[in-house]
Amino acid sequence: MKDRTLIVLAAASVVMAASIPLTPQWLVFLITLALAKGLVVLGLVLLMRTGLVSFGQGLYYCLGAYAAALVEQSFHVNDAALMLAAAVVAAAAVAAVLGFLLAAYRGIFFAMLSMALSMILFGLLVKSAALGSTDGFNIATHSLAGAKIEGSAGRVLLGVTIVSFAAAAAGLHRYLNSHLGRLSAAIRDNELRVEYLGASVRNVVHLNYVIAAALGGLGGGLTALAVGHIDPDMAYWTTSGEFVFVAVLSGTGNVLAPFAGSALYEAIRTLANQYAPNVWQMTLGAAMLAIIMFAPDGLWSLFRRRARAS
Amino acid sequence: MSDLLAVVVDGIIYSSWLFIMAAGLTLIYGVMKILNIAHGSLYALGAYLSATLVGLWVAGGHAPYGSYAMLALSALLVGVVMGPLLERGLLRLMYGRDEVVLLLVTYAVFLILEDAIKLVWGVDSLYVAQPYDLPGNFTIGDLSYPVYNLVLIGTAVVAGLALAWALNRTHHGKMLLAVIHDSEVSRALGINVGRVYLVTFTIGTMLAAVGGAVTAPTLAVSAGMGVEVIVLSFAVVVIGGLGSLGGAALGALIVGLVRSAAVHYWPTVELFSVYSVMAMVLIARPKGLFTPPEARRI
Amino acid sequence: MSAILEARGLFKNFGAVSAAADINVAVSADSVTGLIGSNGAGKTTFLNMVTGYLKPGAGSIHFDGHEITHLTPRRITQLGISRSFQVPQLFDTLSVAANLQAAAGIVAAAAKRWARGAIAHGRAGAVADEMLQRFGLAAYRNQPAGTLPEGVRKLLDIAMSLAAKPRILLLDEPTSGVSADEKFGIMDTVAAAVRAQQVTVLFVEHDMDIVSRYAQRVLAFYDGRIIADGAPATVLKDGEVRKYVIGEDLHVKH
Repeated sequence: MKDRTLIVLAAASVVMAASIPLTPQWLVFLITLALAKGLVVLGLVLLMRTGLVSFGQGLYYCLGAYAAALVEQSFHVNDAALMLAAAVVAAAAVAAVLGFLLAAYRGIFFAMLSMALSMILFGLLVKSAALGSTDGFNIATHSLAGAKIEGSAGRVLLGVTIVSFAAAAAGLHRYLNSHLGRLSAAIRDNELRVEYLGASVRNVVHLNYVIAAALGGLGGGLTALAVGHIDPDMAYWTTSGEFVFVAVLSGTGNVLAPFAGSALYEAIRTLANQYAPNVWQMTLGAAMLAIIMFAPDGLWSLFRRRARAS
Repeated sequence: MSDLLAVVVDGIIYSSWLFIMAAGLTLIYGVMKILNIAHGSLYALGAYLSATLVGLWVAGGHAPYGSYAMLALSALLVGVVMGPLLERGLLRLMYGRDEVVLLLVTYAVFLILEDAIKLVWGVDSLYVAQPYDLPGNFTIGDLSYPVYNLVLIGTAVVAGLALAWALNRTHHGKMLLAVIHDSEVSRALGINVGRVYLVTFTIGTMLAAVGGAVTAPTLAVSAGMGVEVIVLSFAVVVIGGLGSLGGAALGALIVGLVRSAAVHYWPTVELFSVYSVMAMVLIARPKGLFTPPEARRI
Repeated sequence: MSAILEARGLFKNFGAVSAAADINVAVSADSVTGLIGSNGAGKTTFLNMVTGYLKPGAGSIHFDGHEITHLTPRRITQLGISRSFQVPQLFDTLSVAANLQAAAGIVAAAAKRWARGAIAHGRAGAVADEMLQRFGLAAYRNQPAGTLPEGVRKLLDIAMSLAAKPRILLLDEPTSGVSADEKFGIMDTVAAAVRAQQVTVLFVEHDMDIVSRYAQRVLAFYDGRIIADGAPATVLKDGEVRKYVIGEDLHVKH
């Protein structure tokens, strides 16, 4: 079966980008958010393919958002391109350092340590009056790589997000099929064997951790620009839990899945908040249990099973 | 001098609370290899139920000190009902699967319970200060503390001693220790591991509920109170070593004192201090302070 | 002939247990050596020290003249020492062919023998095919490793170690867990595959029939020491060996 992922990705991106002028405002916002969060989930998928589940991607999501916002606040730079670059660099830099600690852990330890680290950031931000404490602060974008974009900022941002996600997904797809990608899958299956074949498991895990963080930071930056506001909740462990949920929902089979999973999640969340805010979490929990019990490879696996049977 | 005393006393009070929470979590992990994220919701459940029962008791005009019995009763009820319900009804179906999958299952249970609590008790906060105010205050030096804090400390000490005695001196306790070491061999030796799991999970749930019940009179019982508890409890458990009761006690003591010192001298880093201790312990001893020796794998 | 592998004065204690007490061994290139001894005698400890999984308390290990005592298992594998495991260590979700390809590819990349990228992928594929043929695994090529019967898993485990194209191959109980009538078949396959490459082999075994048939030299371990060292026929008749390792009433088939 030929690998049509990149073709589908390119086609979908083109179609979506072309439809931007026709899309209603609320949908523009929803899709931007879905794609931005989908980026974070892409990073999670990479980690899960390496056999690790992080309950703390919110750390980089939040770092990216705050980095982008601080670039505007401190340096009065309103350029989206620069703000996003700052988001990615900040996230990757922190991950490069934290990776030394985290790459030594697996399983539950890795999950809960990553959670604790994101809670450290939360704690620091909440106590920081200069950064707005629990209220956070607002940001505004006025240009993109030099060109002014006021007025239709939302749509331009959607375009940027589509391009970002498509590029990231394509890159990740190539990576997963490269030597390092296959090594990551082997690590998930049997680390001992990989080490006894001469490869450094730690280095690969560290690298994947940094890549996932960079994707998380990019997603956080895009979210910040789209929403126009940031606050410490982005680092709270329940935010990370949402990313885990979407990753479980999408499965790790294909890089296209996180967008579908994220879009589905955002849509349901918006509906639930309006009509049934007190059973929202319960629905999530029940859905997660159902997926774990009946479709452990995510909803994507159900789609693939049907395609092969037909 | 009174400053240092305040740090120590506050630290011990906080450590007691941490120990009650950590003990249940570490016990469940040690025996069943499940890190129970729902521990936080069970804590909240204990708090809510005890608030309701105490409220009913006091409104019914009964003897005020009986409200303490209500606290104990609510913890017991939560343990005895939720423990078997979750273990038999759900977790049993998932045994044998990867530990991270089980983590996700407990996370799902947490989400469900959070909303279940909201459905039953609504979103308003509950206040039941009677058990807290009742015994009045006592003084150490020139510091004044509510006597209720002694109840908290007492509960932690009693729970710790009872658990230690039960684990090391009773037949059933030793079976539990055997399962902690190796569940497969225990099963092969004829230990009813399924029953050990059920009992352990029930005790762990009860401990979480005790934590909630004992905390309820000290604050506003509100939705979401279980959310932060999880990460704190986990930090303590990790510092002490997963599965070690003694480790949970030591970890609770360390975290309690460090946090107390932070609150007094450098409030900005309060939360940060707890996780820093965890990070430092892990760097020095990757598996926590007390860990069972690991057998050679190959 | 100079020794390709040499152990000098190795000591290793686990608490009160002496797993290695003054082990001195020189192994010549392309030889096949069997390590025997009862459980806890120190055979696997010796293997683990050579591969870097354990560090000796005292003494040194030399590979081709270079000291490797304190290197990581990873580095030692890169230098050319490969091992198979008592419990097969496979990539269960990958197919047999993919397992072999992964093994060849990972080692080559780690040792920087081949350039990474498409070329390496092709050569890893070629090595995988070679192993599939040599080990008679061609029929299983697309089956996930996790679904294989135990004997095939053992063969795959050994094939993966050999796919690393090592200079020294260490086999940890290659026929354990395999039914009696399959043992010789497996060892014949392994012996043939090994002969096709120039590899020095050390294998740990409990089955004396296997040892006497495939080993050129036998080292008998007891209580952390080597109590006998020589040709199989000699060692298996040795009084101490009979007393501590194989028992008095062994009649060995040739």
